[in-house]
Amino acid sequence: MISTSLATVAYLGATILFILCLGGLSNQETSRRGNAYGMLGMAIAVLATVFGTQVTSAGLPWILGAMAVGAVVGVYAARVVQMTQMPELVALMHSLVGLAAVLVGYANFVDPAVAAMLTPAENTIHEIEMYVGVLIGAVTFSGSLVAFGKLSGKIGGKPLLLPARHWINLVGLIVVVYFGVRFVTAHDASMATTAMIVMTVIALLFGIHMVMAIGGADMPVVVSMLNSYSGWAAAATGFMLNNDLLIVVGALVGSSGAILSYIMCTAMNRRFLAVIAGGFGSDGGAPKPAAAGGAQPAGEVTPISATETAELLKDAKSVVIVPGYGMAVAQAQHTVFEITKALRERGVNVRFAIHPVAGRMPGHMNVLLAEAKVPYDIVFEMDEINDDFPDTDVAMVIGANDIVNPAAQDDPTSPIAGMPVLEVWKAKNSIVMKRSMASGYAGVDNPLFYKENNRMLFGDAKKMLDEVLAALKA
Amino acid sequence: MSLQIGVPRETYAGEKRVATVPDVVAKLVKLGFRVAIESGAGDAANFPDDAYRAAGAEVMPTAAQLWATSDIVFKVRPPTPAEVALMRAGGMLVDFIWPAQNPELMQQLAAKQATVLAIDALPRQLSRAQKMDALTSMAGISGYRAVIEAANAFGRFFNGQVTAAGKIPPAKVFIAGAGVAGLSAIGTAANLGAIVRANDTRAEVADQVVSLGGEFVKVDYEEEGAGGGGYAKVMSEGFQQAQREMYAREARASDIIITTALIPGKPAPKLITAPMVESMKPGSVIVDMAAEQGGNCELTEPGKAVVKHGVTIVGYTDLASRLATQSSTLYSNNLLRLTEELCKTKDGVVNVDMEDDAIRGLTVIKDGAITWPAPPLKLPPPPPPRPAVAPPPKAKGHGEPSGPMPVGKTAVLFGVAAVLFLLVGRYAPASFLAHFTVFVLACFVGYMVVWNVKPALHTPLMSVTNAVSSIIAIGALVQIAPDLSALPAGVTRPNELIRWLAVAAIALATINMFGGFAVTKRMLGMFRK
Repeated sequence: MISTSLATVAYLGATILFILCLGGLSNQETSRRGNAYGMLGMAIAVLATVFGTQVTSAGLPWILGAMAVGAVVGVYAARVVQMTQMPELVALMHSLVGLAAVLVGYANFVDPAVAAMLTPAENTIHEIEMYVGVLIGAVTFSGSLVAFGKLSGKIGGKPLLLPARHWINLVGLIVVVYFGVRFVTAHDASMATTAMIVMTVIALLFGIHMVMAIGGADMPVVVSMLNSYSGWAAAATGFMLNNDLLIVVGALVGSSGAILSYIMCTAMNRRFLAVIAGGFGSDGGAPKPAAAGGAQPAGEVTPISATETAELLKDAKSVVIVPGYGMAVAQAQHTVFEITKALRERGVNVRFAIHPVAGRMPGHMNVLLAEAKVPYDIVFEMDEINDDFPDTDVAMVIGANDIVNPAAQDDPTSPIAGMPVLEVWKAKNSIVMKRSMASGYAGVDNPLFYKENNRMLFGDAKKMLDEVLAALKA
Repeated sequence: MSLQIGVPRETYAGEKRVATVPDVVAKLVKLGFRVAIESGAGDAANFPDDAYRAAGAEVMPTAAQLWATSDIVFKVRPPTPAEVALMRAGGMLVDFIWPAQNPELMQQLAAKQATVLAIDALPRQLSRAQKMDALTSMAGISGYRAVIEAANAFGRFFNGQVTAAGKIPPAKVFIAGAGVAGLSAIGTAANLGAIVRANDTRAEVADQVVSLGGEFVKVDYEEEGAGGGGYAKVMSEGFQQAQREMYAREARASDIIITTALIPGKPAPKLITAPMVESMKPGSVIVDMAAEQGGNCELTEPGKAVVKHGVTIVGYTDLASRLATQSSTLYSNNLLRLTEELCKTKDGVVNVDMEDDAIRGLTVIKDGAITWPAPPLKLPPPPPPRPAVAPPPKAKGHGEPSGPMPVGKTAVLFGVAAVLFLLVGRYAPASFLAHFTVFVLACFVGYMVVWNVKPALHTPLMSVTNAVSSIIAIGALVQIAPDLSALPAGVTRPNELIRWLAVAAIALATINMFGGFAVTKRMLGMFRK
């Protein structure tokens, strides 16, 4: 049995390890050690709790059983997940944290031992904490489940826009606040229980509604936002249980997710509230035909064959590859690496340009390229490489659209005006690989396709890249 | 039945080009055509008969046989009357024709009931016609060759050098006219190291001149010189006076002058007068690319290189032909693109679609009826210049210090924070405040730490924070079997329910704990240099 003071010190150690864990991710060299710090911190925290004063030995079998089940499932999932499915896995794991927060909140709610030991003022605060904790947990849970459904294609990616949805949200909020007041002032258990259940249902519905209204291109924001929520849920639980470790870790995770959401929003030049309030083409009326005139690109697209693409790549001195979600969908990252290798052996300078919102979660493309063994020192962020496009012979865009749309800079009427984009059209030649001429998630036509120095390579990215590779090796 | 494309040997004296090269033969065959070539047609451009045979062409011994059997004939130079006589009635000819200069030829071809596509009549302002624009291809080659001819006749280096024996100044090259040929000449001369200056009546080409390494020389006179279709127009007398003064000045200063000024349907403007040539340093060179249209220099003798007043004046009219391999390759690519437009079905049959603007412009005779000149194109007016979008503020890089917020915003933020803190301090019990302190400080620590995370590691960051947030398991752990000795009497605790809730929460959080760390480890293991 560990004394309370020892447990507190252990928690402090765990806290420091968690901070080091996040700090370690500042670059690739230290990141693996950072992850190890995280595991160590988690082990210390769990052991200090299990063997601390708050758990009697009667609970040990239960704890061992539950953790064994969880560990098996968790490790199995981590082993089998495809790197292209990372966004889905992350969303699913967020939902688990949310659900756990709800369960802990309910367990706390039905536990009379807690209230019995508190002063009235403390009890009020505690009830608010409980209420808020369950609220955030429930929103995280249902929102993440819908996000998982959307990312894995089980639910369509199109935003579901109910009429008067802002009003629905507002009414939901008012009801939640009303029942919150009733919950805190409730004198009998049945009233409190009713309030708790009504609030949970509304929170679940709100979570579903919120994510359903968000379009596919905004998914990176949603995933990071849910990441943030799962942190706040943990922090709220910490307040509820008077546990500083939970509060600190929750705050770390919460602010981390918030920062990611902010970065994603900046990368799309969108306001956070606008993303949460609904996808493109909602209140902004974005994809009006011709976007208020004068913006329709003129000219025609020039197709190119895989063989010609290979010729172009062979003759180039400098190639920049811009991957997008299409590469992930087609599972083409390994072929991309093979092509990269073949070109580098010929002395071609091949680099990758990653837009912050490429893919469906922050850093998605980096992970895919890393999986395909692309060395990370040839993978660059948008700000690092955007100035190099004029000196680039071939810019190859694989399954990306909006992040290379020149309308964002040239056309103030475009719905994506002002969004920072990769300036591939400044390269001597650009090749866009695409399945068809359909527009991107934003529903915006892309003038890049009609530029004179642009070529279109139509077809499935994997198949076309395989052909390019074959032609390169021939 | 697929059609036969015939490529005769060029008969014009000194013409080395050939209308189709072996590479293109193979592609024409792929389009479904049969290709025949007159024996020796490619010899002067270094394409032997065997190369054509290997590419799938039939080699025919005589021009007569070739003309007689071919449905479509590809040529470079306009056909001679003798060639027209060989032509099959109702046949098709793709060629440079210059219908304005060759009315008799047009009549003869019409009499043959021919369909004639004059590659020089292409509506060049159509952007999709650019791939067929043989004038541009040829002009680019001529511009390059003009510089090479100048270098050949010039007795010094182009680039400046400092040698042990002394300093060599770079050659000064002046280029009159910055069309395709002029721009090509500018680029070539600049690459050889010369100081290049150039002028054009169209002020908008100044940027292109500069982009190729030249310097744009302005005429001190306000007038806009852009005519239709990318050509220049005739300028006013006042402008021409100012222009002459500028040319006189440039002639005195330059070692090499290359002139490319042409006005469609008119003799070339006389830009360089005899006194200007006299004012040039001995050993200087003038390459007059407009020699065929009378020359931009008064002393030019078309087709020859002559020395007058110590200045070599090159008036060759076959600059493109002098680079026969290159120009044949480009020309035949232009014809291939044209053929693709004519034969969209890829079955070896052509369809001269008079509704298609590009094809309509090219077709000067259709089934014996003269259709030249084509009606002017109805091009959409150029889009009005859009208001420039203010460049978005550069996204803050990671780790970069963010600029200070505006004072007003900061004040509001501080005010709100102060009010919130006041409320919390006024009403919240002390035990809450301790946690609140920890919470706020942790938010700040998180903020500072996470800003340093590389964008490339954002996905691992999310999965690790996910794993870390499974710390919520602690909340369940403390509820599963707490020490209940302090519980006041009379309070019953639903132990079973709480335990099951806690067990479920622990299981869920553990999935996250193990899954999150394991997948992060797997991901980070993949990042390598």
